[in-house]
Amino acid sequence: MDADALRRRVADLLAAHDPATTDRLDFLRARFDAGLAWIHFPEGLGGLGAPRALQQVVDQALEAAGAPDNAPRRIGIGLGMAAPTLLRHGTDAQRRRFLRPLWTGEEVWCQLFSEPGAGSDLAALATRATRDGDGDGKGAGWIVDGQKVWTSQAHLARWGILLARTDPDLPKHRGITYFVCDMTDPGVDVRPLRQITGEAEFNEVFLTGVRIPDTHRLGEVGEGWQVARTTLMNERVAIGGARVPRESGMIRLVADTWRRRPELRTHDLHQRLLRLWVDAEAARLTAERLGRRLALGHPGPEGSGMKLAFARLNQEISGLEVELLAEDGLGYDDWTLTRPELVDFTGRDAGYRYLRAKGNSIEGGTSEVLLNIIAERVLGLPPEPRTDKDAAWKDLPR
Amino acid sequence: MTTPAPPDLLYSETEDDLRAAVRSLLTDHGGPTAALAEAERARPHDPGLWRSLATGMGTAGLLVPERLGGQGATAREAAVVLEELGRSVAAVPYLTSAVLAVRTLLGCDTARPEVAGPLAALADGGRVGALAVPLPTAPGGAPPVTVRGGAGLSGEITSVAGAAGADVLLVPADSGLYAVDTTAPGVAVTPVTPLDLTRPLARVTLTGATAILLAEPARARDAVADALLTGAGLLASEQLGLAEWCLAETVRYTGGRHQFGRPVGSFQAVKHRLAALWLDVVSARATARNAADALATGSPDTAVAVAVAQAHCGEVAVRAAQECVQLHGGIGMTWEHPAHLYLKRAKSDQIALGTPGRHREALARLVNLPGPVG
Repeated sequence: MDADALRRRVADLLAAHDPATTDRLDFLRARFDAGLAWIHFPEGLGGLGAPRALQQVVDQALEAAGAPDNAPRRIGIGLGMAAPTLLRHGTDAQRRRFLRPLWTGEEVWCQLFSEPGAGSDLAALATRATRDGDGDGKGAGWIVDGQKVWTSQAHLARWGILLARTDPDLPKHRGITYFVCDMTDPGVDVRPLRQITGEAEFNEVFLTGVRIPDTHRLGEVGEGWQVARTTLMNERVAIGGARVPRESGMIRLVADTWRRRPELRTHDLHQRLLRLWVDAEAARLTAERLGRRLALGHPGPEGSGMKLAFARLNQEISGLEVELLAEDGLGYDDWTLTRPELVDFTGRDAGYRYLRAKGNSIEGGTSEVLLNIIAERVLGLPPEPRTDKDAAWKDLPR
Repeated sequence: MTTPAPPDLLYSETEDDLRAAVRSLLTDHGGPTAALAEAERARPHDPGLWRSLATGMGTAGLLVPERLGGQGATAREAAVVLEELGRSVAAVPYLTSAVLAVRTLLGCDTARPEVAGPLAALADGGRVGALAVPLPTAPGGAPPVTVRGGAGLSGEITSVAGAAGADVLLVPADSGLYAVDTTAPGVAVTPVTPLDLTRPLARVTLTGATAILLAEPARARDAVADALLTGAGLLASEQLGLAEWCLAETVRYTGGRHQFGRPVGSFQAVKHRLAALWLDVVSARATARNAADALATGSPDTAVAVAVAQAHCGEVAVRAAQECVQLHGGIGMTWEHPAHLYLKRAKSDQIALGTPGRHREALARLVNLPGPVG
């Protein structure tokens, strides 16, 4: 399948489903069925088994034709984490059931991994899944009890990818099983979790006697940690690809303010702004280099590093911005509890950016954990001694 | 804010081959251990190593077009050579002769034999040149002219890198740019004891010295400005190589050295510092490559790329060398371990061709982030 063949397929799709007159969802379903959703996926599952690098040929041709997209940022957890995991570890029946509505956005996904007692140490999770052997007419399955936290989009989600402990007598990494959880089950209680910004971007999810059929198990019983690694690896790959313009994101906002309002300038702020401008440009070039290497098929370890760099930069730049604004920095735009679907750093004021950026070094792997990963896997430094690796989960202090 | 055309931040196969050859030469020659021994000798540079590198491998002429006797390569290749020289802190006049002096001559009228002659001699490594300006001179700001022309040149220039050991000095004077033979009467090159033992510094004193005019004042100013910009941009690659050695060597040492019954490198406090340093080195590589590529392609973005690379890499190299000394513990404070050579080179490089602060000031103008008035 080369670029020309792909363009012909796009032309066929557009001929049969004119975006100007076709319902958005109907168009997206037709695109999926034509194998033009994610072309590197197998045929019948939204793809054509084509090289991933050619996806942009399809995307550009469809965008040029004014075709609707599937709002990829809104359904990022499904696309970025659930889909690759289903593809790699799911059964045929699971892939056929879940992938199409996942891609079209008809069904939103969330990730039920973190718990109040299992953050950086995710494998310590305590949510229990016990066998529901006799069944209730629906066949063999599981009963799940526990609590999850930091669950983005749980209030919108139809499905959740869930990690639960199925054998507390085994060491913590080995007694975990991976499931797909029906978020409409009556045992699922989603509650907004208000953050330091005032908004509730995340949720707590309480699971009480949630019934999950065994057909919604992903991978073998007790192999959930291996399956979760697929999900987590895909979480951090989200870097690279598009070129980022110089002076974009947070540094643009503060540089614009600097240029617009000379009365705010001080020598101290000038020095700090220039340092951060250089740091931002260095990070941009590093990301550019990483993107090129990825495009050439050389995935580098820089990805974990970029997350660290951007977390630090966002925090320092937003802190400087509040300080630069002085009197205006004392105000805040809105403390009303809202439930945003996406994090929008540039759409709100400096105080919001300052507070929200604090999460950048915690979410998706804390900076401390990422530094350990770089030290051990990139630099090859010896691991810290550990006492929890071989002990049964039930014997670990909690 | 306009974004420049996409730079090529990777290394080509040719560049990888060149790196392998230079690294192999430097390793065979003894690497940092040889540099340490060389630092004890009272000579400005290691003539055997320079001959092999400059003439044997032809690296001295990388920036010179083939028709003028060089290799016709670009700043990208010269940058790779400098990465390896930084990694080994080798005492050779590459930056001062093959970059600063060569670029100065290339800025003059190369059709004139007075320019083409010395250029070809520098390009084949047979002679060594130096640009007679104080090493801290930043690109953009013209160096203060302290030499007067006339029948002969007179004046004094301090802290000239690579002057000791040079055959020819390129001297900016009030009446233009001149070539001065260091063996000519009226020329005194007085070595000063440098912080960086691997890059000699000297005071040049001219008293009616015989000199050959290379360029009139306006052209001379441009030639020197271009040489300083190229030198500053390529110095970032030397700083990158230096920082890479410091990181790699510290990782190796802390991974093997045991204290409290475990490798020092298994303590999280140590690991986090080395991981943070790795991130600094990775970003230094991106900025140094960006500067080298901009210089190679003559990009309109060159001034910004060089200022960013220098503001960033100077700090990273010093941090890497400081961490290297600290995390080596007591051994890092000894003369026997080469860590001190890297610290001395890193600190000296941070001042050379403009401090990070000077480059940030340049950026303030280039990207329109002016300071407060008054």
